[in-house]
Amino acid sequence: MSTNNCCCCGQVDERDEKLQEIIKKHKETKGALIPVLHEAQELYGYLPIEVQKMVAEGLGVSLSEVYGVVTFYTQFSLNPKGKYKIQVCMGTACYVKGAGQILDKLKEKLGLDVDQCSEDGLFSLEACRCIGACGLAPVITVNEDVYGRIGPDDVEGIIKKYKE
Amino acid sequence: MQLYRSHVLVCGGTGCTASKSDKIITEFETQLENSKIQDEVKVVLTGCFGLCAEGPIVVVYPEGSMYTMVTVEDVKEIVEEHLVKGRLVKRLLHGEDGDNSDKSLDSADFFKKQLRIALRNCGVINPESIEEYIAFDGYKALGKVLTEMKPQEVIDTIKDSGLRGRGGGGFPTGIKWDFAAKQQNDQKYVCCNADEGDPGAFMDRSILEGDPHCLIEAMAIAGYAIGANQGYVYVRAEYPIAVNRLKIAIEDAKKYGLLGKDILGTDFEFDLEIRLGAGAFVCGEETALMTSIEGYRGEPRPRPPFPAVKGLWQKPTILNNVETYANIPQIILKGAQWFSEIGTEKSKGTKVFAVGGKINNTGLVEIPMGTTLREVVYEIGGGIPNGKKYKAAQTGGPSGGCIPASHLDTPVDYDSLIQLGSMMGSGGLIVMDEDTCMVDIAKFFLEFTVDESCGKCPPCRIGTKRMFEILERITGGKGEEGDVEKLEILAKNIKASALCGLGQTAPNPVISTLTYFRDEYTAHVKDRKCPAGVCKSMMQYVISTEPCKNCGICARQCPVDAISGDKKTPYVIDQEKCVKCGICMEKCPFKAIFKNV
Repeated sequence: MSTNNCCCCGQVDERDEKLQEIIKKHKETKGALIPVLHEAQELYGYLPIEVQKMVAEGLGVSLSEVYGVVTFYTQFSLNPKGKYKIQVCMGTACYVKGAGQILDKLKEKLGLDVDQCSEDGLFSLEACRCIGACGLAPVITVNEDVYGRIGPDDVEGIIKKYKE
Repeated sequence: MQLYRSHVLVCGGTGCTASKSDKIITEFETQLENSKIQDEVKVVLTGCFGLCAEGPIVVVYPEGSMYTMVTVEDVKEIVEEHLVKGRLVKRLLHGEDGDNSDKSLDSADFFKKQLRIALRNCGVINPESIEEYIAFDGYKALGKVLTEMKPQEVIDTIKDSGLRGRGGGGFPTGIKWDFAAKQQNDQKYVCCNADEGDPGAFMDRSILEGDPHCLIEAMAIAGYAIGANQGYVYVRAEYPIAVNRLKIAIEDAKKYGLLGKDILGTDFEFDLEIRLGAGAFVCGEETALMTSIEGYRGEPRPRPPFPAVKGLWQKPTILNNVETYANIPQIILKGAQWFSEIGTEKSKGTKVFAVGGKINNTGLVEIPMGTTLREVVYEIGGGIPNGKKYKAAQTGGPSGGCIPASHLDTPVDYDSLIQLGSMMGSGGLIVMDEDTCMVDIAKFFLEFTVDESCGKCPPCRIGTKRMFEILERITGGKGEEGDVEKLEILAKNIKASALCGLGQTAPNPVISTLTYFRDEYTAHVKDRKCPAGVCKSMMQYVISTEPCKNCGICARQCPVDAISGDKKTPYVIDQEKCVKCGICMEKCPFKAIFKNV
């Protein structure tokens, strides 16, 4: 594991064992790579190159193939995410209702750009594809929590909730 | 079986769950117990009712009273007033100011013009209960095909019904099945496209969340028709509720012997697996989707060979989307003729639209083909909020186009939309008002395509990027003479030469906005103006001297020190320095700062 992700220390070995179990479970399935990567990302929070190597060895495919798949799909991330993952829906319905202004406000208040994680590891910011809650547009999500029908002025209050 | 005098249906779709409908259910259960009527009233979690704008939604039967925007605090009142005393809680009823107090669900404007075939069980049954699905004729169609129909008869029924693919292409479903059925092979596959990538479309998700067994039944029917014993549902990982309910449904169907070996006592065998997408729009394209199920980068491959000949793992495969499948059991039960009597000459049946954007009743609507756009926007959709003017409706997502006010009376079907330079797509319908800049919208979609292009073929990889750069220049106030013409040439060439549907249709948003809103492009390029006031670079913040009291708040708030003045000299904004953040306008206590477009 790379040394700069503090959130992982101590548990590394245990998770590696779990990853081996995941690989074993899927090994015989046709087209196993993507399901394995989904579960691996759930386990580690992201897919650093070390994890990709383990997946490649476990499934008997080349690392370049694994890396190719990881970088092709937006769900897979090479970088760690924050404890609170803030996603701004950029679907059409949200966009015409001002999602862009909300994203700008979040960038300003968090001091982050899209796809960045704050130094304390608390927040990461993403502009995501339509989550299908168009009736509530514009929508942002913080982990599992959904905030709909919001305006730029609501942003500060939402961030504050998670800082405490 | 226990009988209840009333049923309380609570929407458990993604939209309403986001507004805490799960907590509302728990509160109902608590309050019913408090009033000691828990044995008389049943609380049911259902799929989406469609009127997402007013969620969370609670419907009480047998009256059919629809309560909207219900909060946890409202539950006690509904229980004590409606369920105990039989008095409606008028302030929560659907309809303006509660004046529709005696109206039941079916007579509300939003539902009156709808005809629900694909969505018939959504908001009616508990999606996590196979018994409820069976009680509503579920798996009866599967029973009928397995015991009374030959595979070819199933295919002929689907052909005669005139059902066309609801995912966008509009290819006749029965013909697709026929191709696959005619292939001789030891292994065939049935796939379902639930990788609903079009921004603003969420009908497939709603069907999965509200009626997952319907999909299972239809795929099993398809398997029987073409001779396949294995199916895959490729669903977006972004839809956790849908994935979970589908998993439950598959488990239950297996337990009941409706999936697996010897289904319903026949020798028919069919199994279903879920595969999660990973956030790639191009995987909605059929060949790319199959490549993705195989575990590779989801790049499309050239056709022919078509998937019906060589699809998943090089075996004959059919792929239909969720909404298409949702029509199948009803067609089998009610017959091809019943279905073909609904809709227009070449587009049969109904279509589900996800109506969103600048419209009052955002949500899901299912209408017979041939309903006009005006009926959708003004009657079902309730018109544009805040008295603004309709400018355009965008259909077909990044592959579609914008339909202006002059075509509001067009009957909506596959062919009429294509004639207008748009397309049905998967059914997203985003309404835009006068505050929407059409050049900005074209840029929005091109940015999407550039980001989602898989990179395999140069027309799409490079061409859309060049188009996006030109649009960025135009919206940035740096448009050059000839830019619009360059866009047109690029659009034509990309359409003609890209490998798959994503690339071939990528220029559509630009072409259609150029057709109907060329004046807006001209205003951006020639006059350096954005008529809708959206493009920041062409907009200026100005201080009006009349209401300004020289308080200086704006100057202190400005993050780039662009505002100068004092008690005696009027405050002005240095346009060179201004970054157009809008803080000054927000903070001015006298509303003296304006946007100048």
